[in-house]
Parts: sequence; C-alpha cells; structure tokens
Amino acid sequence: MTHMPNSSAELAEIIATADGPLRVEGGGTRSGLGNRVEGEVLSVSGLSGISLYEPGALTIVAGAGTPVQVIEDALSSEGQRLPFEPMDHRGLFGTKGVPTIGGVVACAVSGPRRIQAGACRDSLIGVKFVDGKGAQLKNGGRVMKNVTGYDLVKLMCGAYGTLGVLTEVAFKVLPAAEATATVMFDGLTDVQAVEVMSHGLTSPYDVSGAAHLPAGPDGTPVTMIRLEGLTQSVAYRAMSLTEQLARFGQARVETGADACKAIWAGVRDVEGFGGTGGDVWRYSVKPDDGPELGRALARKGAQRHAYDWGGGLVWALLPEGSDGRAALDGLGGHATLIRAEDQTKARFGTFHPEPAPLARISSGLRAKFDPKGLLNPGIMG
Amino acid sequence: MEMPVPDASILARKDQIVAGLRQILPDDAVISDPNETRAYECDGLAAYRCPPLAAVLPSTTQEVVDVLKFCKAQGLPVVPRGSGTSLAGGALPTADSIIVGVARLNDVLETDYANRVIRVQTGRTNLSVTGAVEDHDFFYAPDPSSQLACAIAGNIAMNSGGAHCLKYGVTTNNLLGVTLVTMDGEVVELGGAHLDAPGYDLLGVLCGSEGQLGIVTEASLRILRKPEGARPVLMGFDSNEVAGACVSDIIKAGVLPVAIEFMDRPCIRACEAFVHAGYPDVEALLIVEVEGSEAEIKEQLDKITAIARTHNPVELRESASSDESALIWKGRKAAFGAMGQINDYMCLDGTIPVSQLPFVLRRIEELSKEFGLDVANVFHAGDGNMHPLILFDANKPGDLEICEALGAEILKLCVEVGGCLTGEHGVGIEKRDLMLTQYTEGDIAAQMAVKDVFDPQWLLNPAKVFPLATTETRRAAA
Repeated sequence: MTHMPNSSAELAEIIATADGPLRVEGGGTRSGLGNRVEGEVLSVSGLSGISLYEPGALTIVAGAGTPVQVIEDALSSEGQRLPFEPMDHRGLFGTKGVPTIGGVVACAVSGPRRIQAGACRDSLIGVKFVDGKGAQLKNGGRVMKNVTGYDLVKLMCGAYGTLGVLTEVAFKVLPAAEATATVMFDGLTDVQAVEVMSHGLTSPYDVSGAAHLPAGPDGTPVTMIRLEGLTQSVAYRAMSLTEQLARFGQARVETGADACKAIWAGVRDVEGFGGTGGDVWRYSVKPDDGPELGRALARKGAQRHAYDWGGGLVWALLPEGSDGRAALDGLGGHATLIRAEDQTKARFGTFHPEPAPLARISSGLRAKFDPKGLLNPGIMG
Repeated sequence: MEMPVPDASILARKDQIVAGLRQILPDDAVISDPNETRAYECDGLAAYRCPPLAAVLPSTTQEVVDVLKFCKAQGLPVVPRGSGTSLAGGALPTADSIIVGVARLNDVLETDYANRVIRVQTGRTNLSVTGAVEDHDFFYAPDPSSQLACAIAGNIAMNSGGAHCLKYGVTTNNLLGVTLVTMDGEVVELGGAHLDAPGYDLLGVLCGSEGQLGIVTEASLRILRKPEGARPVLMGFDSNEVAGACVSDIIKAGVLPVAIEFMDRPCIRACEAFVHAGYPDVEALLIVEVEGSEAEIKEQLDKITAIARTHNPVELRESASSDESALIWKGRKAAFGAMGQINDYMCLDGTIPVSQLPFVLRRIEELSKEFGLDVANVFHAGDGNMHPLILFDANKPGDLEICEALGAEILKLCVEVGGCLTGEHGVGIEKRDLMLTQYTEGDIAAQMAVKDVFDPQWLLNPAKVFPLATTETRRAAA
C-alpha cells in the first residue's frame, strides 16, 4: 500500500494513525541507500513545487517532493545554482524515476563542490517536517544566518527520515559561475595525484573540485582540478596552477562549458561504477590518507577506485561480499556500504559503527522523535 | 529579565561544594572568594549580573570530566564560559551555579596544512587561531567583531558568524570535529579531519546549542589559504533605501563579494570620531569587499561599481592601499566600541530576507520615534543580518525597560518579514522569552527533546535559550 498525501496536514494524519512501519519515499531513485525497510510506502511526491524563490536574497524554498531538476531549472533561469552539487544516484543503482529534493536532504547528498561550497547541510537553512508522533514542526527558516535555538536543520539532514518526514526544505543558493576550467594531469600515481590536489586546495585559487580517477575514460589515470568564477579570473588561476604544477607534467586545460559540466557530472555520479557487478563502498578519510586506503583496497581486490574531495572521498568497487570496512584499518574516517546484497549489508553493517556513547545519543534521539519506531525503522542500522 | 530563584540548599552547601572541587582540581583552578567570583558575574550583556557560587578553570579534558561528574552527582547547575563576550547573556551565571571556564585550555594541538585543518583547545581565542597559521598564509574564516577576545568554545556554542561569512560561512560551516564532554562526564569525539561524520549530524546540532549539550574542549577547524589580495570599496548613499536596493542588485548580478557591510549615519559618525577611518558623512555607507589577484579584484570591482553607479552614490571610493583597507575595516569592527563611547546601547542581531531591508529600516526608524530612543544600524547586509543598536541611558530609571521593549518590537518585526530573532549572537537570556514569536510550542519542544537526551537533568546552562515557563518542570526535576 502507498500513502501519497498532498499536504503536510494529510501526512501528519497518516503518521498519527499509522500502526506499523512506514517506508518514506521521494522519487525512489536512492532507495538503495541504507538498509532495506519493510512497510507501507509513504510517498512525499505529492508535496511538490517551489513556494518561494528570491534571487536577490539567494533563497529558494520547495516542497520535499519537488524534483531536483525543477529546482535546478528555476535557479538556472536566474543564473544561480545549488552550491553543493547533489549526486544523481540513478546510474549507480540502475534506478528509474525522478530524484526529489527531499531525498537529497534526507540522505545528505553532496557532490564535488562540497570541498569548497560546503555540503548539503551547509546550504540547507530551513526544514518543515512531521515527527513520528504526527506533529508538524519547523526549524530554521528562510534566512541564511540564523542561530535561533538549536540547529535541527542539520540534525534532519542525513537522518534518512528516521527523525521526521521532511515536507519542505529551504536553501541558500549561489550565483552560477560565469566560466569554468578543468585543469587535467595525466598518468599520475595516487600519491602524486593527492599531492597535486592538495597543492590546488592549499593555493589561493579557490579550487571547487579536485578528483582523481586511477582509471579514467581511456583506462589511464587522470587528475582533475576545477576552477570557477569570472572569465578572466578563471583563466588566470588555470594558468597559475599549470605553471606551479609543471613538474607533474604538462596540464591540459578544458574550458568548454559543456565539456566541464560532463566531466564533473561523471565525477559526481561515479560513472563507471554503475551497471557493474560487485559491491560499492564509499569512504571519508583525511585527504592524504587517501592513497594508503587505495593500496589497502587494491589488496582487497578492488576492481576500481576513485578519489574526490582532494583525496578525502574514496569510492571503491569490491568483489561481492567483501569486508570493505576492514580496508580502513589503522586509518581514521569512516566507510559506508552503498551498493550490496542485503545479506552483505547485514553482515558488515551499512553504516560505520558508532562508539557506545554516540549510539546511546542516537537511539535516544530516535526514541524522542519517533517513539513508536514508525519512520524508516532500521534504515540506519 | 527574569532568572530562576537559586536553590537555597545549594547555596547552603557552598563550603562543602568548594572543598569537593578543590579535591579534584589544583587550588588555583577553583575560584570561590566573593571578591573573585565577581569577575564572572556577567558577560557582554552587562546589564545583567550575578556572581556564581564558584568558578573553575580546568586545564585538561580530564579535569572537565571530573568537574562535570562532580557537578552531576551534586545536582549543581553548570554554566560553561569561553571568554565571556556573549552579547546575549549566554555565560550569565546564577548564584547556585558553577562556572566552568575553558580559558586555560588554549594550546594548538596540531596544524595540518596539507589537509587544511587545525586542532586547538577551545579556550584559544578566535584571532589567535589565524595567528597560529598566518605565517603559512592560512587563516580561520569566521571573524566575529570580538575576535581578539572571544574563545573558540564560545564561537561553537553560539555558532558565531562575522563580516566575511557571506562567502566563507559561519562557525558550523568551518567546524570539522570536536571533543565533547557530556554532563555524564563521558568524552565523545564527533567528526575529525575527514568530512561528514557517519550517523546523525550531532556536530551540527551541537554547534549553536549554547553550552546546553556539553562542554567542548578541543576542536578541529577548517583553515583556508589566504587570497592573494583583498580590497574594500566604500559606497555612500543619501538614503538607506537606495543602499538596500544596491545590495540586492549586487547579489543578483552574480558577483558574490566576501562581505557587504552596511552602516547608517549615527553609526558612521560614531565610528569616524572613534577611529578616523575616512568614512564620508552620508546617510548610508556600504563597505563591499572582494578578493583575489590584482586583475581579479579589478574584474569584480568593475562589475560592482557599475551596479553602484546606477544607484547614484554620493561617494564611491576604492581603497588605494592596504593601510587604507585595514583602516576601513578597523572602523567597521570598532562600531560597537565606538557607540559604547558615547552611549549605553543594546545590540540586536535579527536576520531578515535581504529584499526586506528598505522596509525594515524604515519601520525601525518609526519604532525608534515611537519609543523615544535612537537606533543606530550597522550590519552584514549581504546576508540580511541586522545589528540595530538601541541607545539608552543605563542611569536613567526605566530607560533599560523601554530599550528592551523596543528591542522586542524590532525582533518581532524581523520574524514578521520572514526572518529570525538572532543571526549570530545566540538566544541566551536576552531573546529567550521571544522564542514563541518565531517557533510554536511544538517546535520548541522538539529542540528541548534534544537537550533531554544529552542532559536529562537540565544542569547545563539551564535557564537559557528557551522561555523559562516552558523549561520550568524540567529544571525543577534536577
């Protein structure tokens, strides 16, 4: 059975009268994230539409079921964009359908620009949601600086719907870049690549993307640094970086808007990990630990791995049923099992285990916000 | 401003409590002499004062653990304190409370340029974090006006902002991890040098929780490479409304400056008299700053000044040297101090949608006349974070009350136009009882539920943030 409320009030009524678990859904394109949830479907796709967009205030507010594309089109018509560049999971999971903005927030989805413009949670300035008791609540608002009371906006972002079902979200947006350049180096080792990316990220050139594919489109390594901004400024920074990094080889500089867009969409959506067999793991580590993790992954038989965020975000394709988390041994950071059979997720845990005091706080929060355990129970483990 | 009646049984046990604290801390870390506790009787909201029962100054995370365990066992309210610069009364004690100050926790623990992160103890001042990395041309971005004095602990508690957060974000956007001591005396690590910790975003909810969820003893902060250069341009207008429209046009045009600051005439005059920053005597002044190489600065300023010219500025002047730039910022950052030289004032910090700027400024002027107190305005215009300064005479009976009533009206106005009560200073005691103008009781209950999980006895900074009436039963249960 599928519930499809058309208003926050209807949604609240469904939760208030529910007597069993609800599987919260937007467009269903990210349904592979987290653990499988059994229950009646509660779809927010009826809560769709932009309710406020003020380009002069850099603010947009929309229903949780609003397609991401609708938001991106509206912003783009005013020369603006979502700063955090949310990933599209359809390629990775082979899902159809329409990604919604509520799903982006619930799963805290960010892309390559996360290192410069912040994550989804950093752009999110307000939420409305219905908690597990059926109460319609809000936190934050529509202004970009707001410290009035606790920041439950952050708490709701990445809670996978377990603390409340999002009905409306508000973002701070940014002007889209007038120009983009991608500075590319070929044939680097992982260690060299992280050195190049670190140089870019510690330069004054405001790098907005730093990724390395040990096996790029033609099967050989490519390291990519993105620069965005005003046209002359981008050209100046691309030239400076190329000169400063000449010891790593002659860089290629791509300045075509469409070509750059395609390159970074590929990085964002981990192209090459979709339609393959095997399990997909995602790691967040200290950037210069990236190459060591890469070596450990190779020892575990990884068929493919890729770096984003200057080395701090590592994706790996491992043989089915591998313990990918063990590759982190001795390193800090954390690992998430993104794509695998249910039994593999059950065996190794989808999310990184929390230390006991944190686990107590997390379950304490769940008990407060969803005392009957109705909302996506078990999705986070 | 009402504060809870102190617990007489705690006051009666003072000697025994102080003796207990001395058993777990070195002698010089426990302050109980009434002459000395007076140093902790207020913060930046100096209209309200009350010395604590005692103040303690731990030097290690373990000492914080020991103190909190002791306070929990004894049922003592704890008021965490950074440098005591809160403008909202966030560090105001009650007579039955123990101040836990982090002033002695001020070391840099690790500097990691390759990974762009610094690990510090949280008693360290904001500016000295930048001081620790500027030899390598790095900086820590959040820059509250009090940055010379304010501690990172307080920045985290209040999620402090600053003039440059239009580009770089506020504390929460630059905080990667913390060591948190809970009221149970448990040490919890949240986040670290990697991005986006697993599980719920507890770091996100901790930042800005005003010392009510735990005491943060260490923090990992994002550090950034300094831009090659920066340059402010001064724009003078003969009306606040035109200046407000200019701000909106700049933002819409797609060049995002790192800062857009706004000052009105009373504030301009006070700052000019105090610092001699070279400000023109106009109705409204904008300081717009851009960053980059020489050519990049020029490219941005060309666009920005072209927009400004369409609004017929009375004055349009780019800074001609780094000395002049420093002076321009010195004037702006000294605004509160300058106003303080000529008057007592109360500083508000409601945020509004930028589009509402002209209307709100006009309405503040009307309210100011209605209440008979002058209001000066200086604020972060790019993000709509207002700072109306209400001028009053603390020695004149009744003036403070009129000032507070006017302040409440201005904050309600901010909420009415779609904004909020506080953009960067926090709720503290100052805006506590206005929370219900912005949030429903249900919204507030959801926030309090978070505190219930972290601090079920409501011992940490208990009389802050939420209206006293709504927290009464929880505090009484302590």
